[in-house]
Amino acid sequence: MRVALFVTCVNDTLFPRTGRAVVTLLERLGVEVDFPPAQTCCGQPQFNTGYRHETEPLVRRYAAAFDDYEYVVTPSGSCAAMVRDNYPRIGAKAAAEGRGQELTEAAASAVPKTYELTEFLVDVLQVTDVGAYYPHTVTYHPTCHGLRMLGLGDRPRRLLEHVKGLELRELPGAEECCGFGGTFAVKNAAVSAAMGADKARSIDSTGAEAVCTVDNSCQMHIGGTLARLGSPVRPVHIAEILAGTEEDTR
Amino acid sequence: MSGGTYLGMPAFPKAASESTQNLTLRGNLRHATHTIRDKRAKAVAELDDWAGLRAAGAAIKNRTLRHLDHYLEQVEAAVTAAGGQVHWAADAAEANRIVTGLVRATGETEVVKVKSMATQEIGLNDALAEAGITACETDLAELIVQLGDDLPSHILVPAIHRNRSEIRDIFREKMADWGRPAPDGLTDTPRELAEAARLHLREKFLRAKVAISGANFMVAETGTLVVVESEGNGRMCLTLPETLISVVGIEKVVPTWQDLEVFLQLLPRSSTAERMNPYTSMWTGTTDGDGPRTFHLVLLDNGRTDTLADTVGRQALRCIRCSACLNVCPVYERAGGHAYGSAYPGPIGAILTPQLRGTDSELDASLPYASTLCGACYEVCPVAIDIPEVLVHLRERVVEGGEVTRNGRKVTIRPAKGHAAERAAMRAARWTLDHPGALRRLQRLASRTRRLHPRRLPGPGRAWTDTRTVPEVPAESFRDWWQRTRGGEGSGK
Repeated sequence: MRVALFVTCVNDTLFPRTGRAVVTLLERLGVEVDFPPAQTCCGQPQFNTGYRHETEPLVRRYAAAFDDYEYVVTPSGSCAAMVRDNYPRIGAKAAAEGRGQELTEAAASAVPKTYELTEFLVDVLQVTDVGAYYPHTVTYHPTCHGLRMLGLGDRPRRLLEHVKGLELRELPGAEECCGFGGTFAVKNAAVSAAMGADKARSIDSTGAEAVCTVDNSCQMHIGGTLARLGSPVRPVHIAEILAGTEEDTR
Repeated sequence: MSGGTYLGMPAFPKAASESTQNLTLRGNLRHATHTIRDKRAKAVAELDDWAGLRAAGAAIKNRTLRHLDHYLEQVEAAVTAAGGQVHWAADAAEANRIVTGLVRATGETEVVKVKSMATQEIGLNDALAEAGITACETDLAELIVQLGDDLPSHILVPAIHRNRSEIRDIFREKMADWGRPAPDGLTDTPRELAEAARLHLREKFLRAKVAISGANFMVAETGTLVVVESEGNGRMCLTLPETLISVVGIEKVVPTWQDLEVFLQLLPRSSTAERMNPYTSMWTGTTDGDGPRTFHLVLLDNGRTDTLADTVGRQALRCIRCSACLNVCPVYERAGGHAYGSAYPGPIGAILTPQLRGTDSELDASLPYASTLCGACYEVCPVAIDIPEVLVHLRERVVEGGEVTRNGRKVTIRPAKGHAAERAAMRAARWTLDHPGALRRLQRLASRTRRLHPRRLPGPGRAWTDTRTVPEVPAESFRDWWQRTRGGEGSGK
């Protein structure tokens, strides 16, 4: 099976190790991974701030970059949700504004092939034990868009539960937002910081060594807050946990 | 916080940054919202057809809103036939004028009120006060707010921001100004506080000749109005006085009693986490020898038909004011209700207020941004209002302007002020992201200069670095790693 990796702009620029981990993991599971370099960003920052028209070229770009692929896998619940939930809306609004069906068609091509990583593993590859080894205590924070817009459910947890050596710690108030919210973190900095601090304290209270999510954008906010509070808990993307094996540590 | 009006309040980020500093407020809010949200989750989980009920509630409201003119005329005809009088108010000023005139005509200078969101929305108490009429709130929490010269901060629990000892102090200091004083030696036990309020209010109920209420629902087929409540104070208001004036938003109509059944299941569980609310009062016009002798229904538009004209935003009119979205909202929990500058705080307020009032003021333009779009509000909404969808829709209105309906006319509004720099940045970002080569050059520049990056960012970035450490830019982007290690493979497009 051949899939395209949509690494996302945040991972590409700031967290390339997550992208490398996805490649390692999928190749270990026998999947051929491709990286179409025409890809950039799903357009979520623009769209969620109200700049829908600035999003449209990025919708076209996404659809064109992944045109040749049956599956697009992305290590971001938020970006997958952007494509699946909002691309059709962007298409419908453009059509309603009398600008034809082009964006609707772009959305129709992008939506069914786009999978968040854990969805792809559990639903398409039908695997929950990916042969990973991670000898650490971990707490899991379900990020909002993955949880509610995509409905990831317990897929990430099922994958983590099968990781050898990993001890999962329950996170109090796990389903509460960490306070990132894209441009919200800047526009409503005080509330964002208060939410982040509460989330960081909950994570810290678990005594886990690492906090795992399916989204590095939330991790950036959580990790930055943890670091500022002097907590030793480190943020780690689920792909990086699932990519590790016992052989790596020998 | 001074009593009276929400007008002239600062934009949400400023108000919220002040309230997040108030640790007592945050403690009060956290305790109250978490308690209600947990109870609500249990009450909802008891029903195995909740999803079906929710869909039915949304469908009934949508159908009603599509034919709103028809159902409102039906309400008018039925209320009139039952001996009531119907008045139509296009906006807050007209509604206040109508109600003030009706009270004046009775010759009374004091009225009792049952908690009503619509009268909060139009600032009725202030309008009455200007006309020399004292309006006494009789809902316990509204009473606390009124005595404290405060504003409500929650739809269901207007005094949610107050704890017991604050309430005791308010009762001790202020009850005497409004009527029967608080008993000597009042403590902060719930029983004593409730008894003090009961004695204070009882005196007013027995004296009042005029009452003002809202309504949770209006049943079109019979012209029946419905108030659901927990204390029974509302029922006292509705039944004891000689004249009853009900101010109701036009979106509150449901076609039939069968439709009402759906909402009487959805509302209490979502709102107070009860299987059924303790008091459900229903009144239809007037009845000889029972209840008020005169009944006036004031149907309030105040931006509602304009909201109805917006195909995305109109779903906000489905709201049944249960407040479940407030209780799960992490932003509301930190910012508190006052920061939203409206009778409708929290997520629903963030989409309802800018539609009812427009986005002209700095406060109203800031409300669609008072959310992380986490979606918890949509998840709990008993009538499935996709609040995040409407928030983003309204953000677009704020930054890009466009066509909206105002006072029944299509008008094109300009983007709100203060977004020029952001718009330029978004355009530049979009241009870069639409040119992968340019993105790569920027990434490489960032990587090469990574040791020079400041730990404290200037401009809007400062908000980030004040409380969070910025991630270090890696030595190599993913894109470059892929090209270096995989070279010719997967050239793609």
